Amino acid sequence: MYEIIAFYLFSALTIGLFLVTVMSKNVLYAMTSLAAGMVLISGFFFVLGADFLGVVQLIVYVGAVMALYSFAMMFFDATRDIKEKNTNSALVFLLGGLSALVLVLMFAAPIHSDAIHALYPMHVGVGNAQDVGIVLFTKYLVPFEVAAVMLLVAMIAGIILAGKKMDKSLTKDTSIDDEILVLKDEK
Amino acid sequence: MIGLSHYLIVSAIIFSIGLVGVLRRRNLLMLFFATEVMLNAVNIAFAAISHYYNDLTGQMFAFFIIAIAASEVAVGLGILIVLFKRYGSLDLDELSSMRG
Repeated sequence: MYEIIAFYLFSALTIGLFLVTVMSKNVLYAMTSLAAGMVLISGFFFVLGADFLGVVQLIVYVGAVMALYSFAMMFFDATRDIKEKNTNSALVFLLGGLSALVLVLMFAAPIHSDAIHALYPMHVGVGNAQDVGIVLFTKYLVPFEVAAVMLLVAMIAGIILAGKKMDKSLTKDTSIDDEILVLKDEK
Repeated sequence: MIGLSHYLIVSAIIFSIGLVGVLRRRNLLMLFFATEVMLNAVNIAFAAISHYYNDLTGQMFAFFIIAIAASEVAVGLGILIVLFKRYGSLDLDELSSMRG
């Protein structure tokens, strides 16, 4: 009973909030509704019994990713409404809906529900976090390490891109232009 | 009772919302938001399948998707900041430099 109420509440709220994210002209509204939608998605995970995934969703998405977005918003003018040239939105809606439908059908068609059997079944009487830890550090150890290396690469890339003077051209020496301008002024 | 198909339908709806956003948005920051919506929709589907087939593989893949999304945001926001410093705008129509 509670599961039904939670499911319909979460799904209605999530869909509404993500619609606001996609339709809104204001960046602040879009970002806050995206954060709220992600909190509700972690609610889905808790209902589904994936406790550790829900906690990770809260920490990584709502905590880290949205904080990163809100820090990046300091660089952009967030209060101004975005002007976008939207070409024929009805056509875009039709195309988006149709292609989503085609994608879902494409991936759902080869699945015969009876043929699926659990590769790493959950253990009875073991908590979700413990179960996830056992499978992650035995069966998925190499992807885990690769993901760690990828996060390191992403961190270095973020620091370099935001910290160094990457907005200046690396190949064109702008100081020469300044000297030429100075020389022209002197003449 | 809520079955697997309920969750998959919600996931498909959210995914198509994100896809419409990717198609109609012209601002790069809003495009990033739309991709986050799509990634979250896929995570719901993975968690639901993991629950109803009593299998942990779906949750594993959801973890890796979250890791990929985090690194994508880190690199992408760095590129956005560089673009904004250089051009003063995040609009795709203004940023397009190739005339063809």
